[in-house]
Amino acid sequence: MFAGGNLDTKSITQPLDNESGGYLQLSSGTILTNRYQIQDVIGIGGMGSVYRARDLHFPNVVKLVAVKEMINQSPDTSVRDTIVKNFEREANILVTLNHPSIPRIFDFFTHEERSYLVMELIFGKDLEAILKSTLDPIREDQVILWAIEVCDVLEYLHTHRPEPIIFRDIKPQNLMVNQQNHIVIVDFGIAKIFKSGQKGTMIGTEGYSPPEQYRGEATFQTDIYALGATMHHLLTRRDPRLEAPFSFGDRPIRSINTNVSVELDSIITKALCYKPEDRFQFVTEMKMALIALAQKTGALSKVASGKLVIQEQIVKPVWTFKCEDEIRGSATVEANTVYVGAYDNNLYAVDAAKGQFKWKHAVDGGVISKPLFTNGNLYFGSEDGKLYAIQAANGKKLWDYQTEGPIRCSPKMAEGHIFIGSDDFNFYAINTSTYQKSWFIHTEGAVRSTPFLTSDLIYFGTEGNEFICADYRGQVKWRFWAKRPITSSPIVADGIVYFSSVDSNLYALDARTGWVIWRFRMAKGSVTNPLCVEGNIIIGSADGFLYCVEKSSAREVWRFKSEHQVSGSPLLYNDGLYFGAADGSFYCVDQKTGRQRWKFITGGAITGTPVGMNDLIYIGSTDMELYAFTA
Amino acid sequence: MWSFLKNLFKEKSPKKVVETPIHTTPLSEDQLEGVSKASVQIRPPQFIIGTGQSVGMQRDHNEDTLFTFSSVLGEGTNDLPFGICIIADGMGGHKNGEIASGVAVRVISKFLINKVYLRFLELHHEPMEESIQETIQHAVSEAQRAVLRYAPGGGTTLTCALMLGEQITVAHVGDSRGYFIYADGRIQKITKDHSLVQRMIEIGEITEFEAQSHPQKNVLLRALGQNDPVRPDVQTFQFPKGGYLLLCTDGLWGLVSDNDIYRIVTSNPDESKACHELIELANSNGGPDNVSVILCSSRGM
Repeated sequence: MFAGGNLDTKSITQPLDNESGGYLQLSSGTILTNRYQIQDVIGIGGMGSVYRARDLHFPNVVKLVAVKEMINQSPDTSVRDTIVKNFEREANILVTLNHPSIPRIFDFFTHEERSYLVMELIFGKDLEAILKSTLDPIREDQVILWAIEVCDVLEYLHTHRPEPIIFRDIKPQNLMVNQQNHIVIVDFGIAKIFKSGQKGTMIGTEGYSPPEQYRGEATFQTDIYALGATMHHLLTRRDPRLEAPFSFGDRPIRSINTNVSVELDSIITKALCYKPEDRFQFVTEMKMALIALAQKTGALSKVASGKLVIQEQIVKPVWTFKCEDEIRGSATVEANTVYVGAYDNNLYAVDAAKGQFKWKHAVDGGVISKPLFTNGNLYFGSEDGKLYAIQAANGKKLWDYQTEGPIRCSPKMAEGHIFIGSDDFNFYAINTSTYQKSWFIHTEGAVRSTPFLTSDLIYFGTEGNEFICADYRGQVKWRFWAKRPITSSPIVADGIVYFSSVDSNLYALDARTGWVIWRFRMAKGSVTNPLCVEGNIIIGSADGFLYCVEKSSAREVWRFKSEHQVSGSPLLYNDGLYFGAADGSFYCVDQKTGRQRWKFITGGAITGTPVGMNDLIYIGSTDMELYAFTA
Repeated sequence: MWSFLKNLFKEKSPKKVVETPIHTTPLSEDQLEGVSKASVQIRPPQFIIGTGQSVGMQRDHNEDTLFTFSSVLGEGTNDLPFGICIIADGMGGHKNGEIASGVAVRVISKFLINKVYLRFLELHHEPMEESIQETIQHAVSEAQRAVLRYAPGGGTTLTCALMLGEQITVAHVGDSRGYFIYADGRIQKITKDHSLVQRMIEIGEITEFEAQSHPQKNVLLRALGQNDPVRPDVQTFQFPKGGYLLLCTDGLWGLVSDNDIYRIVTSNPDESKACHELIELANSNGGPDNVSVILCSSRGM
């Protein structure tokens, strides 16, 4: 045993380390009360650190303990005294507890503004760390076994004499799994003790705490709810701290993880009821339900195998049109005609309703550029390095402009100029009446990103990792550097420019100054163009997802998992999102929910952006076909 | 064109505005330009900020803290107005409440001035490693750490707006509020209360009306110093053209209606006077709590 009055608090023998964390952390080697030698910091909390320390009362063996520190820097002395008193009272309760899932308390003492609790060191990992170390949800049978152990220790606490103890802060971070795969609850009550207890300020951990806890009430049902919330998190990997409080009903476990049994789902649902009286009345009831479920594991596995099968709608194209080589770019529709370039060196004009050939215009290289239609003329670039101007009615050539490298960029027009980038590292402004360049900007890489034009500024990215904002005189206003190429074509909305990069980020920059407002990180790079839909940005990535991200906050609204890299950019038509992937799949996804409506498999990768007109959606594929689908 | 704009402006007499319902059809950009104060071309672009604060009629001390900062660097081509507005409502009932709001506001404003503003004044500034949203998140974490350290047990709401040119990034925790007031008469709440009653309204447990008199209407779901780690809502908006940003504590929004806010803000040519009038009205409606308000308009943007 230890004695509170016998503390030699003057023996902090080493200077305090002032470097980390905003408060003074004890440096390793520091000896507390002539007994506990600090070795390392093993955790950091809001009030201080948790250290691993050696107990020097056992000189011949290495006995390790955990030392939890609470730094009390309230300027008000009466508040400070209350906090210390609460700490010591709670430590006195902890010391009387005896359960395999509760760490033993060896000692506590206070020195100036710091109080310390010395306890059993648990070798293991907490559930939050375990969840972080894998990408999958925790298996159902494992969750059941851990939950039974948590119920067991809660049962012990809830029936404690003379006063029942409510833990109040069950969450993955406070549940350790030791080396024998048994649960130990840590951070015991400490968080609670240091709260002032003032009405209106008592809060547990947002997400895991039930509604009544916000009103300052704590009952047996408080812990039952938090255990349910923890199990929900383990089985779904959806962190409740990131969701609205009490919103578990909005994301049923089995809608996220179909492997979870109906029985377990209903136990957790009951634990998570909004009203305390609708939950299990005693933790013993919940434990019995979990044990009963664990006993019939045979039945359990049968239920788990029932995978949810989404029936795919069968979709057929209205018509197809075959070119002589791959279509890698995007089509343009105008006046009942689809114009599309192919790698057979032709630009094709095809009847938009029936898919019949109208004319083709041959050039000296493949055409990936999306043709620009304006005033009866078409403008497009080619692998042969030229920008072409032809008549849209019959495909007759008007003029061309030669650059020094292949053109993979699509032209844009404003102020009597065509703006286009080339693989010769230049971005050109070409006068449409003299067919001469007015100016060019030399960049650090090929310019394949299609420019976005506002009333006074021009935006584009380069393969040299740079993003450029220029004015109509060709003066660069600002530059931004990504870590990898920017092939994506930018869009500007409400004073912010959005684009993605091969460096895996979707960027939002202030359009005037280039300041980074936010970054949204994807698992792999992106070469697709962002799409602005209401308050959201839609973007595809090589990680296989199409993401929907809130414009103002970069918060993910939903993500759709395709079966391959999302290589094509999305189109919004009515309320459907249309886009292609590198495995040849062409998807239609609901814009609000990100759920798949249908999928059609073409014979080659899709790298272009679809275009829609009169309820038809047009997309080209590297299988050489141009497809028309009903929207 | 000019006379047309002037006529349009004159027709909007203040009295008429009072009768205008809050939800009207948004005006087009051109129309907005016509009715906005910026119709006189002000150069360089700048933020004009007024503030007001009162202990209220029933409390004996103030637990609110506010901070504002506005700067202009005009050099012709790349003018960039910069501004910070922060409001915090301390709670806890004992001394640590007022300490918490003061600590949070000092730490966050110092952090933003150091990390963003002073960097912007450097002769050769390197691009920022962090995004604006990451920086403001970081600032809130620092404030959180300071509150836990210097005001343990205390807590505070925090609504902080960082304005760079026409982009305004807001970090928000608790039940103080931010509003945009547009030149065409719309009022838009841009923050969400992290309160128990707000959550109960969302899940249909109570109605908006019941919330106003709910016994737990002061219970917060999130506050600085109370949940660790703290998770602020961080959002970026475009500053309303010819309009205002208003930040206030619950001592104002609980007592002054949106209609009155709109009327007072648009009928006062001076931001500080408008703040004063708003506070007078809150106090004459009972003034049960401390009141703090910040009103910011942008000119020349």
